[in-house]
Amino acid sequence: MKYEAVIGLEIHCELKTKTKIFCGCATGFGADQNTHVCPVCLGLPGVLPTINKRVVEFAIKAGLATNCEINKYSKFDRKNYYYPDLPKNWQTSQYDLPIAIHGWVDIDTEDGRKRIRLTRIHMEEDAGKLVHSGTNIKNSLTSNVDYNRTGVPLLEIVSEPDLRSAEEARTYMEKIKTIMQYIDVSNCRMEEGNLRADVNVSLRPVGSETLGTRTEMKNINSFKGLEDAINYEVERQREVLEDGGHIVQETRTWDPERGMTLSMRSKENAHDYRYMPEPDLPPIVTTDEQIAKYRDELPELPDARRERLEKDYGLSDYDAGIITGSRASAEYFDAVVAAGADAKLAANWMMGDLAKNLNAENLTIEQSPVDAKRLGAMIGLISKGTISSKIAKKVFKEMWTCPDDPEKIVKDKGLVQITDTSAIEGIVDEVIAANEKAVNDYKGGNKKAIGALVGQVMKKTRGKANPQMVNKLLAQKLNG
Amino acid sequence: MRLYNKPAHVLHDMLVSGEITSVQLTQDVLARIDEVEGDVRAYLTLTRDEALAQAKAVDAKIAAGEPISFLEGIPGAIKDNICTKGVKTTCASKILEHFVPPYDATVMTKINKENPVILGKTNMDEFAMGGSTENSGFFPTHNPWNTECVPGGSSGGSAAAVAAGTAIWAIGSDTGGSIRQPASFCGVVGMKPTYGRVSRYGLVAYASSLDQIGPLTRDVTDCAHLLNIISGHDEMDSTSSDVPVPDYTKSLVSDVKGLKIGLPREYFVKGMDPEVEKTVRAAIDQFRSMGAEVVDISLPHTDYAISTYYLIAPAEAATNLERYDGVSYGERVDGEDLVEMMTNTRSELFGEEVKRRIIIGNYALSAGYYDAYYLKAMKVRTLVQQDFTVAFRDVDVIMAPTAPTPAYKIGAMIDDPLQMYLQDACTVPVNLAGLPGISIPCGFSSQNMPIGLQIIGKPLGEETLLRAAYTYEQSQNFHQQMANLGGKEA
Repeated sequence: MKYEAVIGLEIHCELKTKTKIFCGCATGFGADQNTHVCPVCLGLPGVLPTINKRVVEFAIKAGLATNCEINKYSKFDRKNYYYPDLPKNWQTSQYDLPIAIHGWVDIDTEDGRKRIRLTRIHMEEDAGKLVHSGTNIKNSLTSNVDYNRTGVPLLEIVSEPDLRSAEEARTYMEKIKTIMQYIDVSNCRMEEGNLRADVNVSLRPVGSETLGTRTEMKNINSFKGLEDAINYEVERQREVLEDGGHIVQETRTWDPERGMTLSMRSKENAHDYRYMPEPDLPPIVTTDEQIAKYRDELPELPDARRERLEKDYGLSDYDAGIITGSRASAEYFDAVVAAGADAKLAANWMMGDLAKNLNAENLTIEQSPVDAKRLGAMIGLISKGTISSKIAKKVFKEMWTCPDDPEKIVKDKGLVQITDTSAIEGIVDEVIAANEKAVNDYKGGNKKAIGALVGQVMKKTRGKANPQMVNKLLAQKLNG
Repeated sequence: MRLYNKPAHVLHDMLVSGEITSVQLTQDVLARIDEVEGDVRAYLTLTRDEALAQAKAVDAKIAAGEPISFLEGIPGAIKDNICTKGVKTTCASKILEHFVPPYDATVMTKINKENPVILGKTNMDEFAMGGSTENSGFFPTHNPWNTECVPGGSSGGSAAAVAAGTAIWAIGSDTGGSIRQPASFCGVVGMKPTYGRVSRYGLVAYASSLDQIGPLTRDVTDCAHLLNIISGHDEMDSTSSDVPVPDYTKSLVSDVKGLKIGLPREYFVKGMDPEVEKTVRAAIDQFRSMGAEVVDISLPHTDYAISTYYLIAPAEAATNLERYDGVSYGERVDGEDLVEMMTNTRSELFGEEVKRRIIIGNYALSAGYYDAYYLKAMKVRTLVQQDFTVAFRDVDVIMAPTAPTPAYKIGAMIDDPLQMYLQDACTVPVNLAGLPGISIPCGFSSQNMPIGLQIIGKPLGEETLLRAAYTYEQSQNFHQQMANLGGKEA
């Protein structure tokens, strides 16, 4: 029997507010242990939470950017379970009235664009961090808790089970990351745990409409881990089903080092979270005016931006997709164009030399030594004919290490393209005189032989001659 | 001249006039503590040295000719579920036996600004769960009027201290009657303000949607002054009301002409002690004779209030008390692993009543039971609230007994929690509806035990309550009588 995978994601996205969700403590990453704490986030007796209004704003913006309906009456609930990284032994989260519901995002798949539905987006607080003397809490002699992360605001973005492969899941998560970065609500730094996913996977015979029994894998914090975990789990489930077995509904954990998922707890041992409305926080009531204001404040979103680049600049869907793949890259592109560059050249340079250099040095586009203004100016020099595309590569290489403007670099290094016919003519004559064989080949009908002659001229001018001009002059003289 | 038996406003005037010093006053109250605390046991923690230092500082200020605020230099006591920076706050629970908060409750910040003398922290039912102070994890408090009787609860220590003269004023908390009922049992004035009137930040939560801090005092005048000090919006408490606080002392006016009083027939039925009913009805007759109008009203869902309360309060308590797990603060009982450590800690250090309510609460919130219990209780709560809304269309205040009986003997009900829960029948609906209520002394039983009259007001109707209570107080002298504690006076 042929099976298809049915996959749904719960993405936890850390919001980039300055302070925590229910107190005034800083949210910064990497501080000394237990320094970003106060009675409230430590859950001391008698404390009360107060909502950070930015969190609500960010959550509504995230909802709007993913085509959700905003619940104008929303509330917090207590999700109760005992674990030492939760000082109150409940997580303040949202249960039956989340801030946003019924959204969708489009992703690119092999079969074209596909719509992935979002069930809901809700707000919640992060837990602290446990550091065990062993490998887990059960086999450790001691475990220490760092409460710095306790109360850092999170969005939980829950998809419908609309994903059908590890690749789709990855593309979907990348899309969510892009949108959250565009609307500037999260840093989305995977390595700092800003974006983590719980993945639900089940299999069903192709053509079946009923969902199979699912397993859940918790806390996957890299795109590679996501793909590997899903691929492993799909294969595991397929083997069980093909052997005539049944899938056990359970929570599994992804072990990236061993490259496998392991059973954590079965459905029978699942927590009863005993959800209860949070009595210490009034309901969140949002007006149409507030929603309209937040909608107005949203920047151009990735899909719209991509369409604009295709429409306005004639970029291919693929190129536009890559360039709008992150807000920083899209803004870089716009700035390059604003600095006077041709849009298609700008796209080529960004996806070519710029991307290559950034990758080689493991830099983000924001960290690029060549900023958009300078790249734009350099592309302008190509369009004006001041430099050739070939020289431009040299100029770009120079710009990577030297902060000067491209005009100055071109001038200082004497890289200005020779467009003066008389200056090139002498060299052309020299080359014709010195390359009898190539000249004869050409005249004998091998038109390709002109390439060697062009190369010689370029070499003698150290690349500064305009290659089209050289071509033209050579042809004139040889045919003449 | 003894000073411990006077109300704060009288002592304030004596301090201002220079007739007494704060040190004299504080020493007199400390002497009273030496005399009777062994019999009453109102305090869990006494801060004698700090109290005397505070008194000395106030006297220096007065000597320098500086003006003083109402509470300045006057000794009072704080219920031990209100966080006091640097002073143990145990909630009368072994699980917090040595817990010293690193912060002050908002109510303490407000009180401390007044520069009072703080004598210590008072006994209570563990985590405010109970109506007799017998559920203290340490020892029971005794009623100053008869030390064989309970002082009521859960703010029994605060009420007993004010009644015994071991504090001039005290702060308590009221979740289902925990200020009003002990006030009634001990013959003092106790007010539960409107939910949200006083910040709960720093009050160790029992049932968050019901808890409210309030004063216990010798008379209505002191109550109004205390209310002025502790009321007001607090950014740290999202459920606190941001309606401006009036000057409550302006309500200390002797006039109830035209005041419309409702008597809910459901509050005067089965199980009520005949002496209580007789005494309360006499007090209401007194109101009538002073020009108030009295009408019978109905609060039809009263019968369901107790069962509703005993689902909502334990459900909230079950989650509020999850944090006491031995992990990062409080006491710990070790175990082989984490789960065993948490289990041992909670099993050994929580008292029976606390565990009973945690179990009821978790049951009510469990998957499959939530709709039948918690959700239904929330709906009935709305009906109870609506009863009051409808009643207050026709009346200005509602009057009823505070408790169905006077104080009973220690141990009389300890094995019958259901009977104990029924003691809250007249006070619990007020918490469910979030309304203000005050208990004032209105007479004595044949056994010479105090009886309280409860006055219930509209939301934020504290001024009307104070005016009615003050007017009544002016017409009699019950509030001036003090327990003599076997005539113990040094």
